Amino acid sequence: MEKVYPRDIYGKTLVELAKKDPRVVVCDADLSGSTRTAIFAKEFPDRFFNFGVAEQNLMTASAGLAVSGKIVFASTFAMFASARTTDQVRNTICYNNFNVKIVATHGGLTVGEDGGSHQALEDINIMRAIPNMHVVVPCDGPEAREAVLAAHKTDGPFYVRLGRGKSVTLENKKPFHLGKGYMMEDGSDIAIIACGIMVEESLKAREILKKDNISAAVYNMHTIKPIDAELVLKIAAKFKHIVTCEEHQITGGLYSAVAEVAARKCPVMIEPIGVEDKFGKSGPAEELISAYGLSADCIAKRIKAVLHA
Amino acid sequence: MEQKIQLIKSKANAMRKMIIEMLAKSNSGHPGGSLSSTDIIACLYFSVMRHNSKDKEWTMRDRFHLSKGHCCPALYCALAMCGYFPESELMKLRTYGAMLQGHPDRNTPGIEVASGSLGQGLSVSLGIALAGKMDKVDWRVYCLMGDGELQEGSVWEAAMACAHYKVDNLCAIVDYNGFQIDGRTTDVMSLEPLANKWEAFGWHVEQCDGHDVGALLNAFDRAKHIKSKPTVIVAQTVKGKGVSFMEHNVDFHGRAPTQQEREIALRELNCNGCDCNCSN
Repeated sequence: MEKVYPRDIYGKTLVELAKKDPRVVVCDADLSGSTRTAIFAKEFPDRFFNFGVAEQNLMTASAGLAVSGKIVFASTFAMFASARTTDQVRNTICYNNFNVKIVATHGGLTVGEDGGSHQALEDINIMRAIPNMHVVVPCDGPEAREAVLAAHKTDGPFYVRLGRGKSVTLENKKPFHLGKGYMMEDGSDIAIIACGIMVEESLKAREILKKDNISAAVYNMHTIKPIDAELVLKIAAKFKHIVTCEEHQITGGLYSAVAEVAARKCPVMIEPIGVEDKFGKSGPAEELISAYGLSADCIAKRIKAVLHA
Repeated sequence: MEQKIQLIKSKANAMRKMIIEMLAKSNSGHPGGSLSSTDIIACLYFSVMRHNSKDKEWTMRDRFHLSKGHCCPALYCALAMCGYFPESELMKLRTYGAMLQGHPDRNTPGIEVASGSLGQGLSVSLGIALAGKMDKVDWRVYCLMGDGELQEGSVWEAAMACAHYKVDNLCAIVDYNGFQIDGRTTDVMSLEPLANKWEAFGWHVEQCDGHDVGALLNAFDRAKHIKSKPTVIVAQTVKGKGVSFMEHNVDFHGRAPTQQEREIALRELNCNGCDCNCSN
């Protein structure tokens, strides 16, 4: 199975876009090596601005470039992109509905060894709350590319959340359409709605459950905002049990987005799998995912408990 | 030049009267900083800046950003007088459904970027200036900041970057009236030595009386000829300038005049420059 860094794909996609569209400009805040905007900076030094360790300036200067007709990709770690600069993102980028595409890397627990201060677990929540903002959490490298292309061609602000680690390139993906989730694997007992790296974990959990004759459907909900309400309602109508899986607090992220839709028109039991009001810790990514109950094994266990409750 | 100065002064006086009228009508808003920045904004809109209200998207226009968004009454008056929208809109300020919001937004013709949350404007202006440099165009960016606003750390992030990127197409103005909501800047959070701070950050600094139209015009003109550095004009101003009981009075930072205060203020402004002692 091919494993790639989605952030590598991001850097390459920026180059691909910039070759075709002179409006594309990229900004970073001293993390260009990690976010991979350095790949772009090398090819297009005149269209790249490094603002140093100054995320507030990164966001508002990006807004200034955007109002002047540029399509701006602004990158830093998810932690800083969401929490450090919320005011700039809300009042200058989103309130003006500017073409600033925030592509944040190092989202979630799988940042690993750097620990809790660097593991953004509230970013989806923060960004989802702001009007005009689109929020996309791709599941692997190719989907990261699709998300970046969609952000480029769709008017308005975006938050695209990428992880730090390599991702397995998943099979059975459908063509990417912004705001449209889709079923990756069918099932009859329970539906798993996942985003980001949790799509892969969910697919693995599905295989584990098969051995116990439990048939789980897996849905890839890459776009958290606008949430695919049509698909959520379809799932809610079809399944008695749903679980959501996200590498994020269970407050305000995918679980909330799904529950908000279902609660209104088709109430159904939805079990949230995510981080439960805790900060992260240092450790290898894989260990952390298990420790916080997000691994395929944990998902399978939780699903069995839900079905046997 | 003298004629130009007289014209700007008379425009500024008309702006001040409108500011009083609109704030009294809306019964909320920020007169103190609006009046301290009036002459600066009048200089920009009636002389310094290249702009055309009939062609708002004119690519060669100079850009203005009001970082101290709460002082938008002064900007709204200038925009209305320049023909960006009818003056009748001014009296609907801050009412539900009105074009003119309590702080500027893009639904108002002539406003390029919303503002209101302090400390972001210089950075926005930097982005605009960088775009101008990329596109090799000769328009300029003007950014008006308050002095209290300079306490925001984000201003200094932007200040550092403006010098780093040598945006000599950017001119910042500090409306240095010495007051913020909680009192004198010297009591709340000292800014001095302010000019030195900007110099240390790599800026060309001009200092002048922010109500001396001739001095302001000269400073703006010198700024146009400074190369490889951004310019900041530290303009010494008087909070509430032009209305005796509002001058240096922090009470009028964010309080609108009552009807009685409105009448006295208008009487004073109508007598602007005469010797009738009307303020007594």
